[in-house]
Amino acid sequence: MIAFPAKVAAARAAAGLSRRAGAGGGTSLPGKLLLRMAPDAISRLSSRISGGVVVVSATNGKTTTAKMLAAMLEPERRLCRNAAGANLGSGVASALIACRDADLGVFEVDEAALEDVAPALGPRVLGLGNLFRDQLDRYGELELVAARWRRISASGPWRLVRNADDPLVAGLPGGDDALAYGIDDPSVALPELPHAADSKWCGACGSRLRYDAVYLGHLGAWACPACGNARPRLDVAATSVEFDGLDGTDITLRTPLGERRLRMPLPGLYNVYNALAAVAMACALGEVTLERMTAGLEVFGPAFGRFERVSIGGREAVLVLSKNPAGANEVIRTLAHDPAPKRLVVALNDRIADGRDVSWIWDVDFELLAGGVQSVWTSGTRAAEMAVRLKYAGVDPDLVRVEPDLAAALDAAVASGTGPAYVLTTYTAMLELRGALTRRGVVPPYWEAA
Amino acid sequence: MTDLTVCHLYPEHLNIYADRGNIAVLRYRCERRGIGFTVAGCGPGDPLPEADLYYLGGGQDRDQVAVSEDLAGKAGALRTAVAGGAAVLAVCGGYQLLGHGYRGHAGDEMPGTGLVDLMTEAGPKRMIGNITIRCELDQGDPHTVVGFENHAGRTHLGAGVEPLGRVLHGNGNNGSDRGEGVRAGRVIGTYIHGPLLPKNPWLADWLVRASLERRHGEIHLDPLDDALELEAHRVAERIAASS
Repeated sequence: MIAFPAKVAAARAAAGLSRRAGAGGGTSLPGKLLLRMAPDAISRLSSRISGGVVVVSATNGKTTTAKMLAAMLEPERRLCRNAAGANLGSGVASALIACRDADLGVFEVDEAALEDVAPALGPRVLGLGNLFRDQLDRYGELELVAARWRRISASGPWRLVRNADDPLVAGLPGGDDALAYGIDDPSVALPELPHAADSKWCGACGSRLRYDAVYLGHLGAWACPACGNARPRLDVAATSVEFDGLDGTDITLRTPLGERRLRMPLPGLYNVYNALAAVAMACALGEVTLERMTAGLEVFGPAFGRFERVSIGGREAVLVLSKNPAGANEVIRTLAHDPAPKRLVVALNDRIADGRDVSWIWDVDFELLAGGVQSVWTSGTRAAEMAVRLKYAGVDPDLVRVEPDLAAALDAAVASGTGPAYVLTTYTAMLELRGALTRRGVVPPYWEAA
Repeated sequence: MTDLTVCHLYPEHLNIYADRGNIAVLRYRCERRGIGFTVAGCGPGDPLPEADLYYLGGGQDRDQVAVSEDLAGKAGALRTAVAGGAAVLAVCGGYQLLGHGYRGHAGDEMPGTGLVDLMTEAGPKRMIGNITIRCELDQGDPHTVVGFENHAGRTHLGAGVEPLGRVLHGNGNNGSDRGEGVRAGRVIGTYIHGPLLPKNPWLADWLVRASLERRHGEIHLDPLDDALELEAHRVAERIAASS
């Protein structure tokens, strides 16, 4: 019988080997090994973190929200995080193996893995952000994930933080101390529910929901006209949202601790939701001042591949992860804030971590980009398929080139003009791209970048 | 002017696998040829409108159950429309609803339209993955159809009912008899999404011709530049063969 510390040491050694062998940063492998030797490793290691653990889950925004929360906490706390986005049990365990003296844990957890991982982590605060259709071949229907979340949110002693604007999340069972966040500014609302909206029906009675404001996908100020079920009162809210193109966003933050006007150096309404989630979770922790929250958001640099700017031979490329309809639609809406015609690379991979099924690209409103394209390179394992999608979205086929090799597509796009090239990629394409850029010394490896 | 009218059944409920891609392809291929194209949605409680083509997509289980009773009530009108020459394209969950019904794990039954003699029952494991089939809708003109399947249902065709094609890679109707989908006159049902039509432009054109026949007789369609579509088709075929 090998003692637990020896198992941890063995798994830790495997991380070093993996990194030296060039097989990645050991963000999943050590945890996988340890969990095989000690299935209860997550709860044993996390219980040693003196200040407890915070968990965030969502379809979109997990990595950014966790990073924002970390930026608020980091000046005063030693954090243990799965910062590189490895968010299954193996990734969480790997992060726990890697940090020895943390006094607070901040973990993002995959929405489908939450039911297994959250009870093991036993968080003080559980933040649940949003549920969108994503990788139907892997996660199954949205309803199945929502049912898992209902079970998990009803079961724990933790303080629940939930997105009031998502009808699938707002009604999750939580205690009296649960906090709700949302946007309160109809001036940034969409004219109607977008095509890819996932939740149009009341969770309580099945009637069609009424929206006084739709902010993003099916998120908004919703109410059921039949049974009275409605968006709960907002404990944390953003009002007076103003976009400054792709450079930043000004918001007024309303919290139980007071109100502040602040500027985030990030574009897009989805980042407002990420900021609100981070603030609400900080409020739920109860030991962070409003000044620290604001300061964390104001200095915030994007998580890797989220409107991340890199310089390639003196020219700029902006890397944007877009991996499911709701996320990609927000990326496109955000790009449209800047009306200048753009050079784009759109990379579509169909590996397991992307979802083998690529039909989701037809639920993305690429039509919004059609008039704003200078030239576009489609890339990835399904490069031609992506080109077909753009053709039917109304992008002039003469402006579209199919280049399955992502590094070659990037170089061509960057070299073909001044001004930034925007690179939209699925998850594994982003990892490949960063691998290529790391080898050129353009960006640090992904396990150090986040 | 030649024109094609499509009735999109339950667009609010049955749209999970990017069904609007199929509609977009039909529209594009008509409009490029100067053929007028109109789509009308038809939801629960609405009377079934006259149309050249009826489209039924796939939905989450809950949404599929929500519309199945309503659709069963429209079955008579749909049968009359098909007898009058209308075409039908039904994908995934919509395909299951073409038949007599769906028997769930717990023995629960969801009614179908009975438009085609086929029955579906829940299987032990979802069949998920890339799929290629070979079909010959017009004799002497074989094609492959590529796409993605994701279904728990096992569909069995009645005696003498023809599948849409034979599975080359993937599972198809039930994973055992190598049949995929159904073809009965101008009625096509299939588990293949992806969506179905963008990568299979010949099938889109077959549907356009079949749908136009009712009011316009036999129509010649000028060829379009399908270089990108055919490249996407080749890539999908290669990926299905290697997975």
